[in-house]
Amino acid sequence: MTALADLREGVRFDPATTTAFEACRLAQLDLAREDPRVVSVEADLGDCWGLEFRERMPDRFLDFGIAEASAVGAAAGLAMGGKRPFLNTFGTFALMRAAEQVRLDICYHRAPVVIAGMFTGIAAGFSGPTHHAIEDVSVARALPNLTVIAPADAVQAYDATRAAFAHNAPVYLRLGVEPGPQVYDAHESFEIGRGRVLREGSRLTIVTCGVTIVPEVLKAAERLGDVEVIDMPTIKPIDRELLVRSASRTGRVVTVEEHSTIGGLGSAVAEVLAEHAPVPLRRIGLPDAFVKEIGDYAEQLRRFELDAEGVERQVRAWVS
Amino acid sequence: MVNDLAERARTLRKHVVHLAADSPGAHVGGSMSVVEILTTLYFDGVLRVDPADPARPGRDRLIFSKGHSSAAYYAALAEAGFFPVSELDTYKKTGSRLAGHPHTGVPGVELATGSLGHGLPVGVGLAMAAQAQGLPSRVFVIVGDGECQEGSVWEAAMAAAHYQLDNLVVIVDRNGIQEDGPTEEIMALEPFADKWRAFGWATVEVDGHDVGELSNVLHEVPLTWSRPTAIIAKTVKGKGLSFSENTNAWHYGHLSADLKQQALQELGGAS
Ligand SMILES: Cc1ncc(C[n+]2csc(CCOP(=O)(O)OP(=O)(O)O)c2C)c(N)n1
Repeated sequence: MTALADLREGVRFDPATTTAFEACRLAQLDLAREDPRVVSVEADLGDCWGLEFRERMPDRFLDFGIAEASAVGAAAGLAMGGKRPFLNTFGTFALMRAAEQVRLDICYHRAPVVIAGMFTGIAAGFSGPTHHAIEDVSVARALPNLTVIAPADAVQAYDATRAAFAHNAPVYLRLGVEPGPQVYDAHESFEIGRGRVLREGSRLTIVTCGVTIVPEVLKAAERLGDVEVIDMPTIKPIDRELLVRSASRTGRVVTVEEHSTIGGLGSAVAEVLAEHAPVPLRRIGLPDAFVKEIGDYAEQLRRFELDAEGVERQVRAWVS
Repeated sequence: MVNDLAERARTLRKHVVHLAADSPGAHVGGSMSVVEILTTLYFDGVLRVDPADPARPGRDRLIFSKGHSSAAYYAALAEAGFFPVSELDTYKKTGSRLAGHPHTGVPGVELATGSLGHGLPVGVGLAMAAQAQGLPSRVFVIVGDGECQEGSVWEAAMAAAHYQLDNLVVIVDRNGIQEDGPTEEIMALEPFADKWRAFGWATVEVDGHDVGELSNVLHEVPLTWSRPTAIIAKTVKGKGLSFSENTNAWHYGHLSADLKQQALQELGGAS
């Protein structure tokens, strides 16, 4: 695989050990070097991979303290005033704590703010229920003008960050916590609104997204045999054409996501299929409950049957 | 009595060291700074709570709003008898109820916290409910100073004064440092005590590591009739360990075996 280090001067990271959020931060730094309008809006979580930006561009690293509503509103104002802000905080603090600021100040005005959400899903496995973001996609998807992207690895996160910037409109990036196995080589990974067939098959389509989850699903698919796997990093707007084409061919769809089964990727796929290609559908994800159990990420995935074995088991149980 | 409390504080600090060493990590800085505050509340007869009956109606409520400092909070709850001290060993281990941020599955925890800025608004509601029902219960809310950058803290501060909640006490762990650095560099809070005064709170500043001073004030609340009380406890982030004092480097961290040993030595011998 091509190391992303080869991709661009000044980018040095190993996709295998880099988190999606780190890759996003690196892309922000590169964009800031290229475009003087870029600023980083922080809410006292700059020490999560943001220190290099603070060191290199102290004047463009704008910390609002532990005050997300203020930070989101200010990001919107900065954008309206001609800056290009990246808002860096935990997914839950941006989208749920400051939901109305995101809705009205950013989305309603189509202010070009990229919200980079870290600590999404349940990967902050020891932190407890206050720190999991398992409803963020549901909230984000419901907001008009907001593009919602969940990259599958660090390479895609880097590319998605650049694409989000070029999009020049509100974007939510869902970036997880831990580094995950590499899925993509450089250059080929991302276009807003496009899903990608990672593996072809004819008996069933699995639609998925997100760090660690996509590679786990690919492993499950190896064992399941003749199944198609689609990476759907842009959850909104979803790639309807690809979905309908694949579902019509295989006749059965499974979705897998590290998110509540209410409102996330599974719901987005269900909405498309119900109207355009009604086929049997099974949504695999997190139950409609707060995750109070703690454990490391691998344990959490096992507990909720989102690891390769769990996905394989759930798919087999459903099709048999 | 003060000596007993100092000894209690030392015990809590040792627990924090164990928890930060024998788990993936803990918020060491904010745990160490809040130790004397918790000690005085739980072990100096301030809080009217019953570990044998944590849900007793009419009890005082402690809301630990700076939930990230759970290591110190759990240590205090365990030493107070809400659950066995041995359970502290399960901190952040698979299957444990002692998650990085406290939730109400843990005996003695009144509110799931960890997302900052929630404790004071809920405390206002609890204090209003107690007053409306003529209950004797008081509500104590422990917040971080960085946490006071949240607008919700000041919205609640306004409500508390408006509703004359003299059964509500906020204790600010004023250690001067948040996650990204010193509060005055990240988002200045000063003049801090004056802000609370301007919002209508009876406000005092105390040495947050002096259990005698804390005890005097906490036994005296409400300081002014029909006003909520704000206690600004001046503390040192990471207090008690040479390497963690006055820095955000140990806001969160895992203690290596060597550092654990050094820490326990600095706290006065292994336990
Ligand atoms: C709403 C919210 N935003 C951000 C965080 C992440 N966070 C955890 S602790 C912390 C710093 C807390 O600083 P302070 O309140 O001063 O606490 P202390 O110094 O006592 O640890 C931050 C930003 C959070 N837990 N909740």
